[in-house]
Amino acid sequence: MDGVRYPKENNLYKKKEHTQIGQSKPRIDGVVKATGAGRYCGDLKFPNMLYGKMLTSPHAHAKILSIDTSDAEKIPGVVKIITHKDVPSLKYGLSPARWDENVLCIDKVRFVGDKVAAVACVDEETCYKALKAIKVEYEVLPAVLDYRTAMNEDMPQIHEEYANNINTEIHHVFGDPDEAFANAYHVRTDVFEGQRTYQCPIEPHSAISIWKDDKLTVYSSTQSVHYFQYYIAREFGLKMGDVRVIKPLVGGGFGGKLEPTGLEYNGSVLSKLTGRPVKMFYDRAEMFAHNRGRHQGHYEVSTAVDKDGKILGLKVNFLLDGGAYTSLGIATAYYSGGLLPLTYDFDNYQFDLMRMYTNLPACGAQRGHGAPQPKYALESHLDNVARDLGIDPLELRKRNARKPYTNTCNGMGIQTCYLTEALEKLEEITDWKEKKEKGLPKGRGIGMATGSFVTGAGYPIYRNDYPSSSCMLRVNEDGTSATLYSNAMDIGQGSDTVLCQMAAEAMGYRYENMKIVTGDTEVAPLDFGAYSSRQTAYCGWTVKRAGEEIKAKILETAGFMMHIPPEDLECEEGIIYSKSRPKVTPITFEEAAKKYFIIKGPLVATGVYTVPRLGGYHKGAAVATSPCYSFCTQAAEVQIDEETGEIEVLHAWDVHDAGQIINPALMKGQVHGAFGMGVSETIWEEVVFNNNGKIMNADVGGYRIITAQDMPNFTNDLIKSNDEPATPWGLKEIGEGSNNPTMGAVRNAIYDAIGVNISTLPLSFEKVWRAIKEKKEQEQISE
Amino acid sequence: MIEGTYKKGVVILSNFITDNQGVKRYLVTIKVNGMEYTKVVKANTLLVNFLREELDLTGTKKGCELGDCGSCTVLLNDKPVNSCLILAIEADGMSVTTIEGVASTSNMDIIQDKFLEYGAIQCGYCSAGMILSAKALLTKNPKPTEDEVRGAISGNLCRCTGYINIIKAIMAASGQEVSN
Repeated sequence: MDGVRYPKENNLYKKKEHTQIGQSKPRIDGVVKATGAGRYCGDLKFPNMLYGKMLTSPHAHAKILSIDTSDAEKIPGVVKIITHKDVPSLKYGLSPARWDENVLCIDKVRFVGDKVAAVACVDEETCYKALKAIKVEYEVLPAVLDYRTAMNEDMPQIHEEYANNINTEIHHVFGDPDEAFANAYHVRTDVFEGQRTYQCPIEPHSAISIWKDDKLTVYSSTQSVHYFQYYIAREFGLKMGDVRVIKPLVGGGFGGKLEPTGLEYNGSVLSKLTGRPVKMFYDRAEMFAHNRGRHQGHYEVSTAVDKDGKILGLKVNFLLDGGAYTSLGIATAYYSGGLLPLTYDFDNYQFDLMRMYTNLPACGAQRGHGAPQPKYALESHLDNVARDLGIDPLELRKRNARKPYTNTCNGMGIQTCYLTEALEKLEEITDWKEKKEKGLPKGRGIGMATGSFVTGAGYPIYRNDYPSSSCMLRVNEDGTSATLYSNAMDIGQGSDTVLCQMAAEAMGYRYENMKIVTGDTEVAPLDFGAYSSRQTAYCGWTVKRAGEEIKAKILETAGFMMHIPPEDLECEEGIIYSKSRPKVTPITFEEAAKKYFIIKGPLVATGVYTVPRLGGYHKGAAVATSPCYSFCTQAAEVQIDEETGEIEVLHAWDVHDAGQIINPALMKGQVHGAFGMGVSETIWEEVVFNNNGKIMNADVGGYRIITAQDMPNFTNDLIKSNDEPATPWGLKEIGEGSNNPTMGAVRNAIYDAIGVNISTLPLSFEKVWRAIKEKKEQEQISE
Repeated sequence: MIEGTYKKGVVILSNFITDNQGVKRYLVTIKVNGMEYTKVVKANTLLVNFLREELDLTGTKKGCELGDCGSCTVLLNDKPVNSCLILAIEADGMSVTTIEGVASTSNMDIIQDKFLEYGAIQCGYCSAGMILSAKALLTKNPKPTEDEVRGAISGNLCRCTGYINIIKAIMAASGQEVSN
């Protein structure tokens, strides 16, 4: 066989621990992305294709009195215009408990950017002409723009079904928090406020819908072909089997591309009515209006501690701004408090929350889903508690750190946990003690925080009894490659690469010979997609199982070819050898695979994974469950310019309990990206509205995200392990837990530098400057 | 090259035809990745749309169409520009390098190689612009400092990587030592 070298001595083959995982293999989609050959949805064209755009509401809250499309229809190049009369009135959404959105608004609009009409034209320019010519008569209604007063009796009602604009209400009590607080040595309460942020993937959403006869095909920049298929089929009363959803390359999602938008729904209707493919897309401002970004919230946190800083109980009371629709917001609400008990061990917990409807764009799941802002509040608060007690903040975390094989008070089962080790390592690599004892130069500060996240949500978004993940593997006829068919969604995080590494590992094959076909409901079997940091673990189980089945079939064939019982054979990096008889000439994976095909036909295997039943029985117990949790701790060192309030993050450290690392380079990239996003949200990002509910900075110039000049130097470190039992090879998630501690760590560093608490995010240069100024004024008064 | 007359610093192209709605269309010749293309475009046709729609060079991405994100960076006469802020008629007679022109048929550029080696690509949407900005930098300044690298790509937004691996890849492409 070409390319296969037989070793001189067969006894070189001592089973290595891993040959394909644990290595920084180059991305499987790297070359097409580096050369511009890769196609994203917006790059696709079809013969006879039309372009579509939506007309959206200029008002935050208004009744639609009439829509007149007659002038627009006369414009040359306008092919079709639709309003609510042309689309199904069935309400849709993502969290099934609250489907509250219409394909096009029927009676009223609920935020600036709500969908009113849609056009399909011969080109983009004609679309804008048509949108301008549509006349909509509105009766403007008073709007709810501040979530903190949205529940007041005198506020307008946004959805008739939901009194006082309350979308979700949670009251959880675990243990006996009142008693813990009554008997505590010290109780402290702090209040923090988060801001609204937006995922802001660099690729704008787009969708191409092709409805031909009874079949609907949708190309989309999506994080889940399955949820798109399910929800689109449901909306139009189609069988799932008649809806095909295809994901080309996706340019980032971070939670914002998990649900079908007006692009898919309206594009499908326009395609059906015109009989032509319809491409629809958001521009940057429309992405901001569609939003589904991070909820802003008001976070009250109280902790009861003993004199050593041991947490006896935690009480949190949160208020979230959900925007005009639910999106995935119910899950967000439960995640907000559900994940807080992960990193610290305490028995008594009270979690109260209200998620409010407002006349602002809908919020949803943004990286870290619901957890980063509450965690920011808790970690900032714990630094305050440590200061009250005169305990070093890192020491306080060590005293409360989660231990392995424990249950949280709200019913989350933890398997392995190396948080204590991670904290010890952080202390060491940051020179924490020295910096704390000797003190840092003026204007400089260091802070830290902990983090944790689910390695996959325990339950699907809508109730169903499908397995969580499935895949197919096929070794090609002559054995020179194997193709993985999976609907795991690589949206940039690298799942295609790590899944191929894991498949090759399980087969005893080579990553370099792997091919992958993903993102097509008609080609690959069901997978729920990219969210809740689930794929490496869940899809990893499926490729491991399918790969092991392939390997068993290969070894059986090889046994027949080599006259050796299969159980005495091992296959590693494509070489099949006898474990007991090193002098027997090995054969190759290719030879055995080809023989298998000749004798038995296609060499295929399937893999499936179902999450075991998890969690308690209280309302909302499903959210925050996971078979496995990652843990990490981060520190940041900042320099503040006291004259200008400018913050420079000088260095950052991350120590991760991420189990077996599949691809170290991709792993680091995830941590850098998550930390970068976290710093960006801590210091710069904020979606700003005017008094009419219109976004004032719906562009990436005004909505400032981190640039190459802002990103600090970074140290990645690991607590290595491979004993996590709930995941394949003992791996853990990396993509979302990595921004769980960031905001708290950066805030605590800023506090350490200036000695003033700023309670509202973002901790902008201006706020820092004001805080320093006020502190100096206070000091002058007291002198 | 279109013959034009200049009036108050504005180039007035004389080489146009007018359609039945009175919209003027101009004949432009732009050298893209070494090949000359002559096309008829509207005055408001953006260079990025010329590349993507007229020439099907979709490696150049659109992220904001406002000059904020840098996804559409191309080299115009070897200088990095946001092709969403340039009209196709402004590029008339000029030479454009897009990502499709960076790699030769058989080999990737060293910058592209290092982007793969250092894990500098995640979703890939910013990569084309990033690589072209890096290429412009290294052509002008073959041994940049890390600060110069950060400066050169500060107009290219990336939401995935936190930039660290990108900076390392560019430093490595310049032949400088990088800790990994």
